Amino acid sequence: MPPLDIACISILLLLSVVALSPLLSRRERLLIPTAFSLAALASFAAVLAGFLTIQQGLNSAATIPLGLPGLPFNIRLDPLAGFFLIVIGLLAGYVSIYSIGYLRAYPGRRPVTPLVLFYLLFLAGMLMVVLADDAYFFLLSWELMAAASYFLVMYEDEKAENRRAAYIYLLVAHVGAIAILLSFGLMAGLGSGFDRFDGYTFDAMRTARLAPGWAAAAFFLAFFGFSAKAGVIPLHVWLPEAHPVAPSNVSALMSGVMLKTSIYGMVRVAFDLLRDFPWWWGGIVLAFGLLSAVLGVLYALMQHDLKRLLAYHSVENIGIILMGLGLAMIFTSFHFPALAALALVAALYHTLNHALFKGLLFMGAGAVIHATRERNMEEMGGLIHKLPWTAALFLVGCVSISGLPPFNGFVSEWLTFQAFLLSPALPHPLLRLLVPLGAALLALTGALAAACFVKAFGVTFLGTWRGHRKASQIHEVGISMRLGMTLAAVSCLGLGVLPTYVIGWMDIIPERLFGGQIAASAGRFGWMWLTPYSYERASYSGPVVFGGILAVVAITYLLLHVRGTAIRRAPLWDCGFERITPRMQYTATAFAMPLRRVFGFLFAIREQVEIVSPQNHPVMADRFNYRLRIRDRFWNWLYTPLADGAFIVARLVGKLQQGRIQVYLLYSFVTLIVLLVFLG
Amino acid sequence: MTVHPFAIELLQLLILIGLSPAFAGWVKVVKCRLQGRSAPGILQPYRDIRRLFIKDVVLAENASWIFRFTPYLAFGVTVLAGGIIPLVSVDLPLAATADIIALVMLFAIIRFFTALAGMDIGTAFGGMGASREMMISSLAEPAMLMAVFTVSLASSSTSLTQMVTTMGQGQFMIRPSLAFALIAFIMIALAETGRIPVDNPATHLELTMIHEAMILEYSGRYLALIEWAGMMKLMLFFSLGIAAFCPWGIAANGDLLALALGVAFFVLKLMLGGVIMVLIETGMAKMRIFRVSEYLGSAFLLATLGMMAFFILE
Repeated sequence: MPPLDIACISILLLLSVVALSPLLSRRERLLIPTAFSLAALASFAAVLAGFLTIQQGLNSAATIPLGLPGLPFNIRLDPLAGFFLIVIGLLAGYVSIYSIGYLRAYPGRRPVTPLVLFYLLFLAGMLMVVLADDAYFFLLSWELMAAASYFLVMYEDEKAENRRAAYIYLLVAHVGAIAILLSFGLMAGLGSGFDRFDGYTFDAMRTARLAPGWAAAAFFLAFFGFSAKAGVIPLHVWLPEAHPVAPSNVSALMSGVMLKTSIYGMVRVAFDLLRDFPWWWGGIVLAFGLLSAVLGVLYALMQHDLKRLLAYHSVENIGIILMGLGLAMIFTSFHFPALAALALVAALYHTLNHALFKGLLFMGAGAVIHATRERNMEEMGGLIHKLPWTAALFLVGCVSISGLPPFNGFVSEWLTFQAFLLSPALPHPLLRLLVPLGAALLALTGALAAACFVKAFGVTFLGTWRGHRKASQIHEVGISMRLGMTLAAVSCLGLGVLPTYVIGWMDIIPERLFGGQIAASAGRFGWMWLTPYSYERASYSGPVVFGGILAVVAITYLLLHVRGTAIRRAPLWDCGFERITPRMQYTATAFAMPLRRVFGFLFAIREQVEIVSPQNHPVMADRFNYRLRIRDRFWNWLYTPLADGAFIVARLVGKLQQGRIQVYLLYSFVTLIVLLVFLG
Repeated sequence: MTVHPFAIELLQLLILIGLSPAFAGWVKVVKCRLQGRSAPGILQPYRDIRRLFIKDVVLAENASWIFRFTPYLAFGVTVLAGGIIPLVSVDLPLAATADIIALVMLFAIIRFFTALAGMDIGTAFGGMGASREMMISSLAEPAMLMAVFTVSLASSSTSLTQMVTTMGQGQFMIRPSLAFALIAFIMIALAETGRIPVDNPATHLELTMIHEAMILEYSGRYLALIEWAGMMKLMLFFSLGIAAFCPWGIAANGDLLALALGVAFFVLKLMLGGVIMVLIETGMAKMRIFRVSEYLGSAFLLATLGMMAFFILE
């Protein structure tokens, strides 16, 4: 069966489950396993389709006679689309398995059918976006995806916080969608004339040649629109609001793969539809990538809500992906196809990696919330004893996202470093000097991410329990949740240890887009050694690092256990105090304090210490009340003025609204006269 | 007569594992002499490690597997790093395992897990040490990368053997970029290995310790492994500096004579490097934790200056 058919069947399967699931709405305990098993099946079918496409290097297109008369839907499956099918399908499959257990707690508390429906629609929407080969179908799918995810964020709509988050999300998503629509309009209209409809296919846009100014306008409109969806700073504000309030399986999908559809859009528009661009486009993409990465991770460090912290990390990782993308654009514009291929592969590899480890982390956070009914890390602690599986799997996610070998996050960050360090080849003196500084910012990002995940894992899972509930009420999560997380964790390790295979196999994507290849050099020394540019330049061997660490650890362990030494368990050393309480442990806020001081100028911080003393004397303090509020500066700098401005404009325009029919008739009359004068 | 590359690899690991306590002892002896105290002898670290291995382990009740796994991991990763950095010869089969960026990340794994182990038992000290260590490392890492990048510009490679070969066999020339990078590297290495002026390995004073605070609860063989890994790490940072900035004398192939010469040169350079570090440590006081950001910021600036010097002058 051709891959395109498999992909279509996968989408049809999802849509038919959508159609049929209301029938089971009275038997939700049956609906959940059925619907999500089918969703997992459809997702893995999409993975298969993507895999075959890349494996065989296919580029197949089809026209579906649906849609408006004269405007049929065009779909196409090329290696780039195939790669994103894999990214979406792989994580969606794992998350669907996880959802079977995750949603088991819901029936009886609230109706699950809408969640199932919109989940499936959301999934279908994402797959359709990737397959679309014309602007019309693309935007239709894009909106399906946005609307479905809006309802998913709204799912627990009794909380005002959730409604607000969903509203902000919808607003930003639509501002972005308008920009994308305008961008496609420019490309279609300027390419083949505004009076015809046939310019709307991507094929027509590929052949159209735009004037440089208009091309830049089209690209930056698209970049703006996709950035709004991806959460690039300063358009990131919806992300830390929407991700925490959505159910965790939905946050895993939104953060893991929905953001990636905008990366797909950027690659498609830049490398496939426009193709010819000057270096400064890439420079701007790179600059926004750096900004998002550094600020994203710094904001993440300040959070104590586990899911909010993860949401800010999505901003950071999108930034890292954009760095690779920006570098690829710069290298392409100076005609270095091999270097551009390295940067693009780094970006795409990080896209896949981020989908997996962020999905894993959100699933882990979901498991923690499921077990403790708590989102605030300050109320957790010591969960490694209660949730041993979740803890180990969450740790895999933490190590991966911190970019530590031998896991997958390291490989893609290392490739991005290599792309940065190859920038002295550029013929532009300014770029040669400035681009390497980007590598330093990437290093800063990676190190801060490691600090943040030491905090997240340490405060949540290590130490002793700080919460109000009894620790004995907390139990490990069910088998399907563990299975979903385990699969993601194993993928993280696999992608980290055997990158050479994956890169050799992905190589066709840059080759089709701009004729650059890296596989020949990347795999020259066999599957063990990854040498992205040349052997003399740099090399990394995942298997040796993994095997070497494992071997030395095993040997040391065995050598030390030849002679049995006893382990004596003893209470904590309490420094002579009477007893240590869990409240004396370092909290998330305390952990981040040194970095808050170093980078404090980036945040709007308000810190208050209030001394409560019955004797009304500071020396006789009974208790200290400490209040800390950290806000995103972008709210004050950008969004509050915008919202105020919109309000003022709305009030001015509102004066037109008189509420009297005569006035409205007058408006119509004047409009008619004006139109007659101009068009007549 | 030539030696097989795998034998060289083995020799390197033996030197690293066997000599790192002696090096730590050497540093201690020189320091004592310089500060007018009587020294415990160069072999004292061996005696310490032996004593710790014999002792039983006392483990906090709350400690999880992370706490018990970390010492092994620290030891394993350090040994692996020792197989990658060219100490006495460039002819290493494992050298291609990681370039210098990956090597920095290998050390980051140790730090990550040590910080977690510090938080595992649930005392304020552990969290304090972890928090401070992660702050320092996140500021040190960009500076480290800039220094590395400046060095790699000369050989246009981040592979360590390649850097050593270009530096050692190329024509000797004074490069201003390398001078800046060297100063930056020394500053960062002091921070990364927890020496004065950033951290003091000899202190157990509550408010000033960083690395010691994280490993405060360790005992017996766990502590021995961590201490040993720490000594190896100190030696490896010296080797990294030697490889990047003055690799002269290192064996280019498996020739027995060249190898012997390589070992001799390596030991000499280490001893000299130890003296320099002791001079820095004795001449300076430990700085406040919030001054470290300025210290590492200036290291970053120096490394960046080095890079600019390369583009402008060379």
